[in-house]
Amino acid sequence: MTVAPRREDYDVVVIGAGPAGLAAAATSAEAGLTTLLLDENIGPGGQVFRAISSTPVTDRNQLGADYWVGADLVQSLRASSAEVIPRATVWSLDRNLDIAVSIGGASAFVKAKRVILATGALERPFPIPGWTLPGVMTAGAAQTMLKSSALVPDGRTVIAGQGPLLWLLAAQILRLGGRIDRILDTTERGNYLAALPHAFAFLTSPYFAKGLSMMREVKAKVQVVSGVAELAAAGDGQLASVSYVAGGRRETIPADLLLLHQGVVPNVNLAMSAGVEHRWDDLQLCWSPVLDASGNSSVAGIAIAGDGAGIGGANAAVVRGRIAARAAVDALAPAAAARLPAMATLRADLAKAERGRLFLDTLFRPAPQFRIPSGDTIVCRCEEVTAKDVLDSVAIGATGPNQLKAYRRTGMGPCQGRLCGLTVTELMAQARGKSPQEIGYYRLRAPVKPITLAELAAVPKSEADVKAVVRG
Amino acid sequence: MFRRSEQDKRPQVQIFIDGVAVAARQGDTVSAALLASGVDVRRSTAVSGAPRLPYCMMGVCFDCLITIDGVGNRQGCLVPVAEGMQIEIQKGKREIGQ
Amino acid sequence: MSGEYDVAVVGGGLLGSAIAWGLGRLGKKVAVLDEGDITRRASRANFALVWVQSKGLGMPAYTVWTVQASQAWGRLASELKQQTGLDVSLQQNGGFHLTLGEEEFGQRTELVKRMHNQVGAADYKMEMLSASQVKKSLPLIGPEVSGGSYCPLDGHVNSLRTFRAFHTGFKAFGIDYLPERPVSAIGKSGGEFHLTTPKGELRAAKIVLAAGNANQTLAPMVGLYAPMGPTRGQIVVTERTMPFLPHPLTTIRQTDEGTVMIGDSKEDELDDRALKHSISAVMTDRAQRMFPHLSRLNVVRSWAGIRVMPQDGFPIYDQSETHPGAFVACCHSGVTLASNHAFEIARMVAQGVLEPELVGAFSASRFGGAGAANSSGY
Ligand SMILES: Cc1cc2nc3c(=O)[nH]c(=O)nc-3n(C[C@H](O)[C@@H](O)[C@H](O)COP(=O)(O)OP(=O)(O)OC[C@H]3O[C@@H](n4cnc5c(N)ncnc54)[C@H](O)[C@@H]3O)c2cc1C
Ligand SMILES: Cc1cc2nc3c(=O)[nH]c(=O)nc-3n(C[C@H](O)[C@H](O)[C@H](O)COP(=O)(O)OP(=O)(O)OC[C@H]3O[C@@H](n4cnc5c(N)ncnc54)[C@H](O)[C@@H]3O)c2cc1C
Ligand code: FES
Repeated sequence: MTVAPRREDYDVVVIGAGPAGLAAAATSAEAGLTTLLLDENIGPGGQVFRAISSTPVTDRNQLGADYWVGADLVQSLRASSAEVIPRATVWSLDRNLDIAVSIGGASAFVKAKRVILATGALERPFPIPGWTLPGVMTAGAAQTMLKSSALVPDGRTVIAGQGPLLWLLAAQILRLGGRIDRILDTTERGNYLAALPHAFAFLTSPYFAKGLSMMREVKAKVQVVSGVAELAAAGDGQLASVSYVAGGRRETIPADLLLLHQGVVPNVNLAMSAGVEHRWDDLQLCWSPVLDASGNSSVAGIAIAGDGAGIGGANAAVVRGRIAARAAVDALAPAAAARLPAMATLRADLAKAERGRLFLDTLFRPAPQFRIPSGDTIVCRCEEVTAKDVLDSVAIGATGPNQLKAYRRTGMGPCQGRLCGLTVTELMAQARGKSPQEIGYYRLRAPVKPITLAELAAVPKSEADVKAVVRG
Repeated sequence: MFRRSEQDKRPQVQIFIDGVAVAARQGDTVSAALLASGVDVRRSTAVSGAPRLPYCMMGVCFDCLITIDGVGNRQGCLVPVAEGMQIEIQKGKREIGQ
Repeated sequence: MSGEYDVAVVGGGLLGSAIAWGLGRLGKKVAVLDEGDITRRASRANFALVWVQSKGLGMPAYTVWTVQASQAWGRLASELKQQTGLDVSLQQNGGFHLTLGEEEFGQRTELVKRMHNQVGAADYKMEMLSASQVKKSLPLIGPEVSGGSYCPLDGHVNSLRTFRAFHTGFKAFGIDYLPERPVSAIGKSGGEFHLTTPKGELRAAKIVLAAGNANQTLAPMVGLYAPMGPTRGQIVVTERTMPFLPHPLTTIRQTDEGTVMIGDSKEDELDDRALKHSISAVMTDRAQRMFPHLSRLNVVRSWAGIRVMPQDGFPIYDQSETHPGAFVACCHSGVTLASNHAFEIARMVAQGVLEPELVGAFSASRFGGAGAANSSGY
């Protein structure tokens, strides 16, 4: 069944139905603005609350209380007048706030007075040798299957990397009776010291107690190797073993499944293709949009909320969604804004939600060897381009990702740089002795996700458009 | 590689992987159903023919490309299964008519 | 930046690269000055045809020049392969321009006639074919195809790999490729050119301006003239698919990698960051009417490129009267003409004079006007 948007024009179009988008759409609709919420997924919830309305995991303790918070958000949204369309992939957004969205193989076009981008985050690329082998996945992938289909790892399973999500996933797998053979913790020892100055804020944040108990829960059941400084997957057409170096010792263990995770980074494709200015974030090691305190971007009318605005976590995402929506209400229907929580209250909520983030970012800053590969390690999974290929291109004069793209096709595959972009920027920066900011990023354009040729061909056209093409 | 937790009480849905009937559950994505099936569902890439399986399960990596009901190169991790769905594992480049 | 060069080439797109490579091949000491990563660079945005049919209406010399380039391309491809190991996938087995409906067929027939009436053009055997004749070579065409024109000299190449091959070849020839050095001023003293860049000055005995549309502002610095009228072109590209298209078309070609490129519009817009989907829609709609099988393929990218376009559409090759040793080169169809640039233009620059019999027709003196007064019209 295909549902097209009911209107051609909306006050507010929210893209992404994770915590930020759910909160933003509900807020905007409650204030009486015509609101459309579009999301690519089958159901609402985004990454953190994935399958919140449909998960087969019925034992509430297994996914944890933080997960079920999502149900309230969905409820508020459903209670509002916001129009919601799932399985709707936005493939184009431009400076005029024209949106093209693919729903059931056909495109619809809507115009917004305000767009709130809540497209969230994706897991940071983890380009180690063998990361393209079948049997190597992201931790988030396993978590997605766990939440939406109650699937758990079965064979010999290794989890490698670092960050709060890794521990959450491990705990969830164990609670559902899944198998984990070993956890390889890649957190750099030096990070503990670096993070110390920010420890107070963290200790007084809710993350602390939760994080600690989860790690205890996992460590009681699984062998955890810390200080892992090298990591590689191997196998012939299928993962067979994982080897690592910790404390100066190399070890190789047989494995059927390797789950990788080293944090999440903003999903920038749609925002960048719309022309939103981004800057390199030296702490989070990723591109983040340049935003004002209400989430407004460099493109008039486009605000960004949630982890797409810079990683802040699910609680911060909710508040950022409310702030962005409130700003839209302030601009479009000031009278209605009085009904909403005051901006000052929301900003205080945000400060609270972001408490402890600096500590986490510093502690879980991934080590260079896991971000910047070398030799035959694949950088661009789609076009199968290696680190050596990238360096060879730098040697013949590529100064940044776009010239590299011309030489080597990096970023030209269907994922459009999502899985190689950060690696390419950092690898080139290192090779050229420049900052990632100076190196820059791919120039991204619509369609940000593939659509069928027939779908593109069906876009309405004018006489002038025809003249621009048919020239005898 | 993955197995289903016993608490999963969702109704079964029958799909076909290269013609072979496989039981999935309502609400599974095609990729999840495939990974749960125990069948060898490795595709091979259009560039070098290297074998791959889904990597991200959230629509960003395109390693789950698959032919669904005759249409090639769909993202299996974003498409829910449906009764009678015909899945073909892709080997190399997509055929033009599919 | 130190060192003196025989030739400094300004611009590292396909023109500058081909000419620099050709000069290096002749043993010259060459520097290529280029901008950085983000810039308008038609050489990264083109459709990659090595195309002869319909080129040169209104200027027979351009037809002759194009045919020569097409014939020399094989040699260029094999020299690049030998030097760099890179196969640029040149395919020259003839190309088509397909028409949809009777009206387009009639118009194309007219054009072919006019081409044939022009001196020198008949050599390359551009001919009209009926739909059933086309079908023999392109079995997958759809029912709306009314026929088309065919020229046996037409072909295509992997233009990005060609671009990379030139840049790879620079190393072997000892050419210094110097990106992030846009030239802002050019002077001549003591028999040498001085080029000002943000990273210092560079000196060379000769210079070639191959900065694309920027030639318009650079040329007057050395008594040359290059009036430009750039246009925008959009291209759409699909995912990789099994080979289905044995010949390139003016608007559809399948790359050696398997992707299908669909081109290309012509607009007066000059913003290469924005795209008009309605124009891509016309292009893709026509493509699926030509090959109905295409409709289910996924479009993975689309982009807009700014054409390097001399005001009358024909190439400009010129040498300065007031500043001997200064040359300018710019044209649309820089892929097609790459072989001529690598072999002929490079040879003439090395010897210090452009040969009127070969490229005299392309002097900017044809534009008349104030700027052209300085140009030699050699
Ligand atoms: C795989 C994964 C698992 C995670 N699990 C957890 C967890 O369990 N707990 C936790 O605290 N944090 C988790 N996170 C961190 C996550 O970033 C959360 O902080 C939170 O989900 C961010 O919320 P958000 O609203 O910003 O975006 P998200 O929740 O990421 O939601 C973004 C939504 O936008 C949609 N979208 C993106 N692009 C388009 C488009 N072009 N068209 C239409 N829709 C689009 C996506 O489908 C998605 O539903 C996870 C992150 C990832 C990547
Ligand atoms: C959409 C499209 C389709 C096309 N299709 C075809 C085709 O099918 N077949 C074909 O033969 N041709 C085609 N072309 C044309 C072809 O791409 C161009 O003719 C060719 O790329 C021009 O090369 P160039 O080096 O002159 O220009 P560019 O590639 O634009 O390079 C100019 C270079 O000069 C540099 N530069 C600019 N100013 C300065 C300065 N002050 N100092 C130093 N460097 C500077 C720029 O950074 C750039 O690198 C197409 C073009 C487009 C846009
Ligand atoms: S598994 Fe990554 S896109 Fe589907």
